[in-house]
Amino acid sequence: MTGADPDATNLTRDGMNILVTGASGMLGRAVAEALIARSAKLGRRDRVYTFQRGASSIEGAQDRRGSLGDPGAVERAVDGIDAVIHLAAKVSFAGEAEEFDDVNIEGTRRLLTAARQAGVSDVVFVSSPSVAHHGWSIVGDGAGPASPEHARGNYARTKAAAELLALGMDSPGFRVAAVRPHIVWGPGDTQLVERVVARAKSGRLPLLDSGAALIDTTYVDNAASAITAALNRMDHAHGRALVVTNGEPRPVGELIAGICAAGGAPTPTRHIPGWLARAAGSVIERVWTVAPGEDEPPMTRFLAEQLSTAHWFDQRQTRQVLDWTPEVSIDEGLSRLAAHYGGRASG
Amino acid sequence: MHGCRFRAEHDHDGTRLVSAVWPGVELDWSRRISVPSTASVDPSGTVNDWHVLDNGPELAARGLSPVGTLLCVHGNPTWSYLWRGLLRAATDSPEPWRVVAVDQLDMGFSDRTGTFRRLEDRITDLHDLTGALELSGQVITVGHDWGGVISLGWATRHRSQLAGVVLTNTAIHQPQGAAIPAPLQVALNPAVHGWGTKSSSAFLRVTHALAHPPLPADVRSAYMAPYRRASRREGVANFVADIPGSPSHPSYPTLEAVAEAVRTLDVPALLLWGPRDPVFSDRYLRDLMDRLPQADVHRFEGAGHLVMEDRDTAGTILDWLAATYDDGGDDSGTRDGGIRSGLGQTTGGAHGKMSQSGAKRSASGTATDATKEFRPLWAELDRRAGDTATSVVDMVGGSGTASSLSWTQLAERVRNLSSGLAASGVKPGDRVSLLVPPGSDLTALIYACVRIGAIIVVADAGLGTKGLSRAVKGAGPKFVIGIERGLTAARLFGWPGERISAASLAPARRRLLGVTHSLAEIAARGAAERRSGGQHPEEPGPDDQAAILFTSGSTGPAKGVVYTHRQLSAMRDAVANTYGLRAGTSLVAGFAPFALLGPALGATTVTPDMDVTAPKTLTATALAEAAAAVNATAVFASPSALRNVLDTAAALANRGALEQVQVLLSAGAPIPEPLLDELTGLLPQASLHTPYGMTEALPITDIDLEGIRHARLDADSQAGAGSGAGSEAGAGSGAGSQAGAGSGAGSQAGAGSGAGSQAGAGSGAGSHAGAEGGLPTNAETDTREPGPGTGAGNGVCVGRPVSGAQIAISGLDEDAAATGALTRDPAVTGEILVSAPHVKNHYDRLWATERRSSRTRCWHRTGDVGHLDDQGRLWVEGRLGHIIPTASGVLTPVALEQAVEAVDDVGRAAVVGVGPDGAQVPVAVVETLPPADRPSLAAPALTAAVRAAAAAANPDAGISAVLVVAELPTDIRHNAKIDRAGLAGWAAEVLAGGKMTAP
Repeated sequence: MTGADPDATNLTRDGMNILVTGASGMLGRAVAEALIARSAKLGRRDRVYTFQRGASSIEGAQDRRGSLGDPGAVERAVDGIDAVIHLAAKVSFAGEAEEFDDVNIEGTRRLLTAARQAGVSDVVFVSSPSVAHHGWSIVGDGAGPASPEHARGNYARTKAAAELLALGMDSPGFRVAAVRPHIVWGPGDTQLVERVVARAKSGRLPLLDSGAALIDTTYVDNAASAITAALNRMDHAHGRALVVTNGEPRPVGELIAGICAAGGAPTPTRHIPGWLARAAGSVIERVWTVAPGEDEPPMTRFLAEQLSTAHWFDQRQTRQVLDWTPEVSIDEGLSRLAAHYGGRASG
Repeated sequence: MHGCRFRAEHDHDGTRLVSAVWPGVELDWSRRISVPSTASVDPSGTVNDWHVLDNGPELAARGLSPVGTLLCVHGNPTWSYLWRGLLRAATDSPEPWRVVAVDQLDMGFSDRTGTFRRLEDRITDLHDLTGALELSGQVITVGHDWGGVISLGWATRHRSQLAGVVLTNTAIHQPQGAAIPAPLQVALNPAVHGWGTKSSSAFLRVTHALAHPPLPADVRSAYMAPYRRASRREGVANFVADIPGSPSHPSYPTLEAVAEAVRTLDVPALLLWGPRDPVFSDRYLRDLMDRLPQADVHRFEGAGHLVMEDRDTAGTILDWLAATYDDGGDDSGTRDGGIRSGLGQTTGGAHGKMSQSGAKRSASGTATDATKEFRPLWAELDRRAGDTATSVVDMVGGSGTASSLSWTQLAERVRNLSSGLAASGVKPGDRVSLLVPPGSDLTALIYACVRIGAIIVVADAGLGTKGLSRAVKGAGPKFVIGIERGLTAARLFGWPGERISAASLAPARRRLLGVTHSLAEIAARGAAERRSGGQHPEEPGPDDQAAILFTSGSTGPAKGVVYTHRQLSAMRDAVANTYGLRAGTSLVAGFAPFALLGPALGATTVTPDMDVTAPKTLTATALAEAAAAVNATAVFASPSALRNVLDTAAALANRGALEQVQVLLSAGAPIPEPLLDELTGLLPQASLHTPYGMTEALPITDIDLEGIRHARLDADSQAGAGSGAGSEAGAGSGAGSQAGAGSGAGSQAGAGSGAGSQAGAGSGAGSHAGAEGGLPTNAETDTREPGPGTGAGNGVCVGRPVSGAQIAISGLDEDAAATGALTRDPAVTGEILVSAPHVKNHYDRLWATERRSSRTRCWHRTGDVGHLDDQGRLWVEGRLGHIIPTASGVLTPVALEQAVEAVDDVGRAAVVGVGPDGAQVPVAVVETLPPADRPSLAAPALTAAVRAAAAAANPDAGISAVLVVAELPTDIRHNAKIDRAGLAGWAAEVLAGGKMTAP
C-alpha cells in the first residue's frame, strides 16, 4: 500500500493514517484535534489528514483539499489511509434535491468505495438523529433505523440514505460505524450559538410555546470524543448506528437562555405558540437560516423545525458500545462558551 | 399481545357470511368440529357444527405439553373472542395450559340450529362437545355471564375430570323474592325483547358499551362480527328469553339443581369480578362466595361486566393457576433467598384452597404466636367490669362539659349490645359496617361486635362519598349501623345490609331509611336477654376475622384490609409497649384509629370536642379541656390537628393540663421537625413521637424528636463525608425535613417504657424467627457498634422497629422491581418489608393484590422504598411506584425533595421521572413562596439553586428540568400526599412540548 504522500509510506505498527472529511466545520476540526491530541497522549504516531475545499488551518493536520464531487480528489484523499471519519455533507436549507443527492449520497458512495479500494479498514460515518425521525417528539428513545422515506427534508433524507449505504458496506475487512451526534454546540459554533446570540442581541429571538420541551444537545468536545471512541471500539461499534448526546436533556428555553447569557445577550422573553411558528414556517427559518455550502451536520435546521417538541435519547447502549462518557457537562460547556465570548456565565 | 389479524371466512347457509378481522386471535386457534348431539331439543342423529378457539395445535407445534385444559364458556351476547387474552397468556406461560374457548350453538361462529336451546340443552351441548374433543386430563371450567351457569353445569356433571372453576361476572341463583336486575327486565319485556335482542343490534351494542375504558373500534367490530344480521342473532334473543325469572320458568329446575350442586364442589375456585356491572352486581358475587367458600376472590374495582376486557384477568388467572396447581413450583418468592426454605408451604396448593370466610392465613404468618397467651381485645373490659373509675369521656359542644362512662358502665353497655345484636340476628362472621363518628357510642359498638365475632367494617368519611361508597359496597356488609347521615347515604347509594340506626328515629324517617332496629332497642333487647338468663354469646377464636379497615385510597381505590382478633390484640400490645400505655394511663384521642384501642389498653380515653374527620377542627382549648377532664398523660393527634392547636394556642387560658402530658403521638401523616419543635413549648413534659406504618401494619417503626435530630446530624455528617466538599445545600436540607417517625426500642422516652419496648422487641424477634430465615434480627443489627453512620441520609428517618416488628429490605433490580433477597445491610435500597404479629391477615377480596404483598412468606411488602442504616434505623425514600429508573441507576425522590425544599423561596417540592423506564430523567416540580400565578419553567437562578441542592444530596441526581406550579396536586384525604403519578404524567406532557397547563 503505497501512495504519493511520502508520509503514508512511513507507517509504523503503532501509528494510523486517519482522514477526517469536513474538517473546516466546528465538529470536524474538534475531531481532528482530538485525534492529534490522542496520538500525542498515547505516544503513538498517528497522522491526521483532512479533506475539504479550503484550508483547515489545524495545527498538526495535513490538508488534502478537494471536493466529494471530484473522483480524482477523493481517490487522492484516501490514498494510504487506514481509517476515515466522514463528516462532510451538504446541510443548508437552500438548494435542489439533486445537490443533496450528489453530495450526501453519491459523495458518500464515492468516498467509501474509493476507501475500500484503497485498503481503508475502518470508517466512522457521522450522521444525524434526524435520519430516523418520523414522529414529532422523541422521549428517551434509542437509535432507530435510518429511514429515507420518512425523514423530513432533503438533508435528513439524503443522510438517511447515505447511512444505510455506509452501513450496508460494513464487512469484517471494511468496518463501518455510524455515529449520530444530536445538536452539537460549542465555542466557535457559527450556526447555533452565534445565530442565537446575534438574534437575541437584536431582540428578534422568540421562544416557542413555554420553552419547556426537553432537548438533548452535545457539547462539541463530547461529540468529538464519542467519534474517536467509535474508532477505538470498532470491534463493537461496526455495523451499528449510535446516537450521541450529553445525556443531559434540558428545556429548550433554558438552553437558549444559557447560550444567550454566555454570549452576553439578553434572555429572550417573547413566547410565540409553536403551532403558529410551524404554520408560518418561515419564522423559524429566518431565525435559523444557514448559509449555503457549509459542511456541517445540520443541527440548526433540526432544532429550528422542532424547537417546540421534545428530542432526547436513551444513551445506555451508546455508552456501553463506545465505552465512553461525556466529559464536559452542559454547565461546564456554557462556562467555556462564556469564556470564549469573554463574557460571564450567569447562574 | 400478538396483534395477529386475519380474515376468517366461514360458510353459513350456503352464503359467504363473515369476513371478519379478529385482533388478538392467532389464525391456528380457530377450528371447527362436528359434534353429534344428545340434547333433547335436537332430533336424534343431529350433528352440529361448532366453532372453537383452541391453542392445542399451537402448543403441540411448539412441543409443549399443557398442565391441563381451561374450558372457557362465553355468555350472551359475546363469543369465544372474549377469551383471546387468556389463550395468549396460557400459551406463553412457563407452565402452559390448553385453552378451549367454545362458541355456543346459535352463538358466535357455531351453527345456527333453528331451535330454542334451554339451559339443560346447553349443558348437554357442552358435554357433547368435550366428548367429541376427547378432552382428557384435568379440566378447569371458566365462565362469564350466563356461560358461568353452563360451565358450572358441566363442572357438576364431570367431577372426576374437574380440577377447578373460574367465574367472572355471572350468577347462579336468583334470590327468592328479589327482583331480577332492571336491565334484564327491560330486555325481557315483550315490547322490547324481540326488537332489542334480535331485530336490532341494541343488546349487543349496549353490552359492548359496558367496557371501561371503551373498547377499541376493531375489538368492538370483532365482537359484532358473528351477529351482523338479524338471522344470526336468534341465539342472542333466545338466551335472554331463557333467563329463569320465576320458578315457573322451564329452565328454573335446572338452574336450581346446578346452584345446589355447586355447594358440593370442593375444587379450588377463583372468582374475578368487575363491580361496575349493572346486571351481575356484588350481590351475585356474595351468593357465589357463599356457595364456594373455598374460593379466592378478586374484585377489580372500577372494572365492569366485560372485566376480561377491562383488566388483566388473564394474567391473574395464570398467576392463580401457578399458585394453585404448580405444586411447590417456582414462584417469585423463591427469589427471596432462604426465607422460604424449611418453612411449611402455604403458597402452593394450600393457598388457593384457603377459605375466604375463615381465618385466611392463621397458620402461616403468625403460626408461632399460637403458643403465646392470647388476650382478646375485651379482656380489660371484663377485668374491670366492677371498676367505677372513668373509662370513656366525650367532650361535648364547645361548652367544656363532658359525658362519661365508668368501666362498669362501658362493660355493661358492651354486654347489652352484644347480647342484643346476637339476638337480633348478627352472627359470628357477619360483616357490620359502622357509620358512627368516634366517641363512646362507636367504642361500645366496636367492642360489642368483636365480642360476638361479627366483623367490623370501618371506612372513614375521609375517603369521600364515592370512595366510602365503593368501600362499603366492596365489603358487602350484612348489617349497617349508622347515624342518620350514614343511613341516608346507605339508602342513596344502595349499600347492602340490614339497617340499624344509632339514634332513635321518627317512624316515617325510619321507614324511609329501611331501619329495622335502633341501638336503644338492641341494647334493651340485650338487657332483657341477660335478665332472663340468656347465654352470653360465645367468644370468637383468636384467628377468626375481626375487622376490615380501609387504606387511604391515595394510590388508587381504597383497599379493605382484614385483621384477625389475634392481630388486633397484637396491634394493641405494640402500641402499649412502644408508648408505655397501660391500665391507669389516660389519653386524649384526637386520632381515631389508635384511640379505639383505649379500652383494650385499659386506658381512660377522652374524645376532644372536634370533628374527627376534619383534623383541623381541634383547637388548643379543646385539647386542653379534654386533657384536663381525665388528667391525660398521653395525646394522639394528626399533624394537621397539631398545627391548628399551635395556631390557636394564643387563646388558651390554662396550660396546666397540657403540661402534664408525658407522651404525644403524632400519626396519620409525616410531621415536619419544626412543628415538633414548636410543640415542645406547649407540651414541655412530653416526649414527642411519630410512628411509621400503614393500614396494613401500624405501627412499624417509631421515632421521637430527639431521634429525628440525631438522624439529621448523622445524615449531614454522612453527606459531608461522602462528597468530601462542603455541601451546603445538602446540609441545609434536614431543616425542612418531613420526618415520619421516631426511634423505637432504644431511645424510648417515657420512663419505664423503654424497658417495656425492649422486652417486647425481644419477644417479637423470638416469635417471628420463622420470618427471619438467616437474617440477623433488627435487634442484633441495633447492637452493632455505632459506626460513622453508614446509610444515614437519603430519605426520611422513621426510626427503629416497634415492639414485635421486624424489618427487612428487598433490593431493586435494574427494572426497579424489588426482587432482591432480604437483607439488613446498611445502605441497600429496596422495598421495605415488615413482619410483625400485628400485620394484616389479608386484603379483602383482592386475591392478586394479596398475593403480591405477601409473596415473601411471613412478610408484608409495604410498597415503600427505603434502607436501613448501620444503627438499625429505617430511612424511607418514597413509594415503589415513585422511584425513578434512570440510565445510571434508580433514584428515590424523598431525599431530593427534602434538599430542594430547603432552597430559598421554595415551598413544597416533588421530584418525578419522565421518559421510558431505565432511561428516565428526574424533573423537579416546586411551589414557590409566594406561590406563582401560573405554571412555567423556573427562572435561571432558581433552576440553578434547585439543581445544586439536588446534586449535593445525590451527585447522580442530574435534575433535567425545574418547573414551577402554583400548587402541587395532593390526595383529598390527608391533603398531604403529593400525587406523584399524576404529576409525572403532567410533567411528561409539558416537557414533551405540550401545553403548559396547571397539573
